Amino acid sequence: MKTATKKKSAPAAFPLDRAGLLKAYRTMRTIREFEERLHAEFAKGDIPGFVHLYAGEEAAGTGIMMHLQDKDRIASTHRGHGHCIAKGVDPKAMMAEIYGKASGSCRGKGGSMHIADLSKGMMGANGILGAGAPLACGAALAAKFRGDGAVGISFIGDGASNQGTFLESLNLAAVWNLPAIFVVENNGYAESTSRDYAVAVDSYVDRAAGFGLPGVTVDGLDFFTVYEAAGEIIKRAREGGGPALLECKMVRMYGHFEGDQQAYRGKGEVEDIRANKDCLKMFSERVIEAGIIARGELEAIDRECLAVIDEALAYAKAAPLPKPADLLNDVYVSY
Amino acid sequence: MARTLTMRQAINEALDQEMARDQNVILMGEDIAGGQGGDGELDAWGGPLGVTKGLYHKHPGRVLDTPLSESAFIGAAIGAAACGMRPVAELMFLDFMGVCFDQIFNQAAKFKYMFGGKAQTPIVIRAMVGAGFRAAAQHSQMLTPLFTHIPGLKVVCPSNAYDAKGLLIQSIRDNDPVIFCEHKNLYDSQADVPAESYAIPFGEANVVRDGGDCTIVAYGLMVGRAMEAAKQLSPKGPKGGVECEVIDLRTLSPIDWDTVIDSVERTGRLVCVDEANPRCSIASDVSAMVAQECFKALKGPIRMVTAPHTPVPFSPVLEDLYIPSAAAIAAAVTKTMAQ
Amino acid sequence: MSASRIVPIVMPKWGLSMKEGKVTGWLLEDGSPINIGDAILEVETDKIAGAVEASEPGVLRRRVGTPDTVYPVKALLGVIAEAAVPDAEIDAYVASYVMPAADEGEEDQAAKYEFADTPTGTLRYARRGGAGDNLILLHGFGGDLDNFLFNIDALGETATVYALDLPGHGQSIKNVAKPDLASLTAALAGFMDKLGLKDAHLVGHSLGGAIAMRMAAEAPGRVKSLTLICSAGLGSEIGSYVDDFVAAQGRKDLKPVLETLFADKSQVSRQLVDDVLKYKRLDGVDAFLKALAQAVFGGRKQQDFPAAQLAGKAPPALVIWGREDAVIPAAHAGNLPGATVKVIDGAGHMVFMEKAGEVNALIKAHIARS
Repeated sequence: MKTATKKKSAPAAFPLDRAGLLKAYRTMRTIREFEERLHAEFAKGDIPGFVHLYAGEEAAGTGIMMHLQDKDRIASTHRGHGHCIAKGVDPKAMMAEIYGKASGSCRGKGGSMHIADLSKGMMGANGILGAGAPLACGAALAAKFRGDGAVGISFIGDGASNQGTFLESLNLAAVWNLPAIFVVENNGYAESTSRDYAVAVDSYVDRAAGFGLPGVTVDGLDFFTVYEAAGEIIKRAREGGGPALLECKMVRMYGHFEGDQQAYRGKGEVEDIRANKDCLKMFSERVIEAGIIARGELEAIDRECLAVIDEALAYAKAAPLPKPADLLNDVYVSY
Repeated sequence: MARTLTMRQAINEALDQEMARDQNVILMGEDIAGGQGGDGELDAWGGPLGVTKGLYHKHPGRVLDTPLSESAFIGAAIGAAACGMRPVAELMFLDFMGVCFDQIFNQAAKFKYMFGGKAQTPIVIRAMVGAGFRAAAQHSQMLTPLFTHIPGLKVVCPSNAYDAKGLLIQSIRDNDPVIFCEHKNLYDSQADVPAESYAIPFGEANVVRDGGDCTIVAYGLMVGRAMEAAKQLSPKGPKGGVECEVIDLRTLSPIDWDTVIDSVERTGRLVCVDEANPRCSIASDVSAMVAQECFKALKGPIRMVTAPHTPVPFSPVLEDLYIPSAAAIAAAVTKTMAQ
Repeated sequence: MSASRIVPIVMPKWGLSMKEGKVTGWLLEDGSPINIGDAILEVETDKIAGAVEASEPGVLRRRVGTPDTVYPVKALLGVIAEAAVPDAEIDAYVASYVMPAADEGEEDQAAKYEFADTPTGTLRYARRGGAGDNLILLHGFGGDLDNFLFNIDALGETATVYALDLPGHGQSIKNVAKPDLASLTAALAGFMDKLGLKDAHLVGHSLGGAIAMRMAAEAPGRVKSLTLICSAGLGSEIGSYVDDFVAAQGRKDLKPVLETLFADKSQVSRQLVDDVLKYKRLDGVDAFLKALAQAVFGGRKQQDFPAAQLAGKAPPALVIWGREDAVIPAAHAGNLPGATVKVIDGAGHMVFMEKAGEVNALIKAHIARS
């Protein structure tokens, strides 16, 4: 496997069939609607704590997760809503969790930064940057012992890529030849600090090479490029070929967290993202241009996704709050 | 069949038997076999003090030597536990938690609660604790209170070989993360240990000596010292006249409050012994609880016997002063008896 | 007068691990006449408290052991001699008494546990003596061969004694296919086959008594006599002991359960409780005991009446009971037709521990008769 930067995929050949493309679009649109709605609702002040939105980054998570099954485990980040949805976690339970409700994914005990659903292979969003990398190694190790061909995937931001946990995990995965994959979601910012300020190397591929791992950098806005590169890496890992790193260059449509005034952004940067770097728009144009899917079909999916999020929000708002006794339960399996 | 085993052998046997019983039990740690990748012997070390010796060849592929990389391998053990394995990770010295603490207290300890009860993390982290090994400040600490403080973790510290085997087997079978603290100066201590597997339940203190005058609460290496003090103080001893009840906590989280409180209700006096530093220690924790629950039963002030508020010194003459002695325990008992 | 007529009373060795014992008090005064089996003084170890009994008749001439003092095994505690032996001779005997050195070889021979591979699995046993008929000691529910620590040596003086850990108990195999009276009886037969014991006198306590009766019914030629001590299988009533024993999880709940075994509750030492707890915590024991309890004592009623199967073919039988037995009522003592019955006052279910000398003498006499 080469360690290089991939060019955009050839426009004519799609790596998925029509059903696959529709599924990918539905996933990305669900994430976008979920995040846009949270953006609006958060401003009203009804959501406790803080949330980090994945809007703008949908192509990366979806392009990777399209290859995964429930047995494959992912360790997510603080910006985990998109990963959850793409991995199959129920948006209603997620929304209820974000509202701190008893019927949330984590019964209101985790919130936005800790949504998990192990039955779907989602090992949790994580409030500690870089902490997911060793956990994904553990998932990969467990898969290796089970011999079930599953993989463990760690998502990490460009900021957390400087954490020792991440770097140690690259080494551990390499020396143990684990079916572990490290996805660097490089959206250009670690909170308010530019990626270029905090990371000295130009490419994460170089970092992977330093640990003896193959790596590839792709345009994370291009679903098809991500999908193909991830497919190759995941297949290789499943077959015992060992770990790899995938860098997805992408953009963050909103701030680090909701309420972030983003004064650190350049003039016109956000507008440019909206106009020219929207991965959903890019996907739509490609499939419509190719004549595989009609615009009307996508619009119908948009309406359905909107309804799903409407329903999720209504469900979350109406859901019961945790009871006082819930404060004390589920600390241990038994104590 | 009960044989006399050292604590080192008892721990090895517990690991061996649990690995034979459950294929999901794996061992991970630095040099737990040793000799990987070299031209010499494999399983050259069996752990820095030989505790895991022999298991590498007995359980092929399931004893994993790790790079010197505690964050990664402790985290990987936790991740594997969340995915159905039962890893026993050896952290070598509990002092090394400094480089992987996040994985222990922010990840393993939190999964069950933070994920609404839908995850479990059956990991055991074994580590050496305690002073007296001439290993100075970074390899000798009794950091049990730090872990006991954290909800979601269980903390075990056996005082003898019999308990070590039964508590380690329970730790491996337990579905919560367990910090299993092995006092390095107890590895050669001997006790009768059944050859069969057995589990000692958590949260059950062991009353190792009955007495009606003063309760001494201790754990780990301090249990032996408390017993020595009790012997010195009993009527046939040179100091004469005090019968101490000695309680070995065995597990610090969960902790057996009932046994401690029942005892103090009878004796009216309490000496808490802890090899940890004094502030926010197991000793202060037990003292506070007893002060709250047994105030009316107390006939004298609770006394704590702990290490001083200093790092562990290197020079043997200083280190021996650092570790609470039987004489210090006896003096504390005498002091509380005098009031 | 020869010194051979002076008999020492020494610190006994009750069980393999006993190294020393504490004299807790004298039961007789200097000058008291003594018969074989009389309790002379009380000794306590970390495991158990018991009485030292006379092995020879005579007069208690000198109390050497001081109460509340710990002595090693074989240390001189007192002197028995005929009244005619002069005091000077007693003084000289005490002054010159040398504690026999621990003979390693002898100790191994006498005290070692052995293991037999039987069709049921590995069974642990202890053997004493070597002359006379075979005698097999069978303990009760949840017990083990060490229950007979006050009996095995005394009985070994006139018989070849085997004390057996029943399957699921002590250090015998814990994985028992179908724990019930039939399988335990089959295990006993397998044990006798393995050791080449054509026949034996069976001494069974509680559950062990039921096994002994069943063995006698199934293989009458192999059982020369029966001694049934507070035996199961003679009636349907049983106290809550079995259920409570199975349910007890820690020392605090186990101690009161074990106390129901004794008329004198102080017999239950911390070490006894610890040992039972250690046994209960071995893998497989809990499941075994639950299954066995259900099969033999389910619904708090005894389910088997091997006594009924014995009609007409019972070997000579002795039934011994502790008057204060709180586990199986002493009223059952009369339920085996033709048996000699002895109900002993001041003792509970563990009458053979509490009144060891008396029980040992009864068994020896019974075997001599049979």
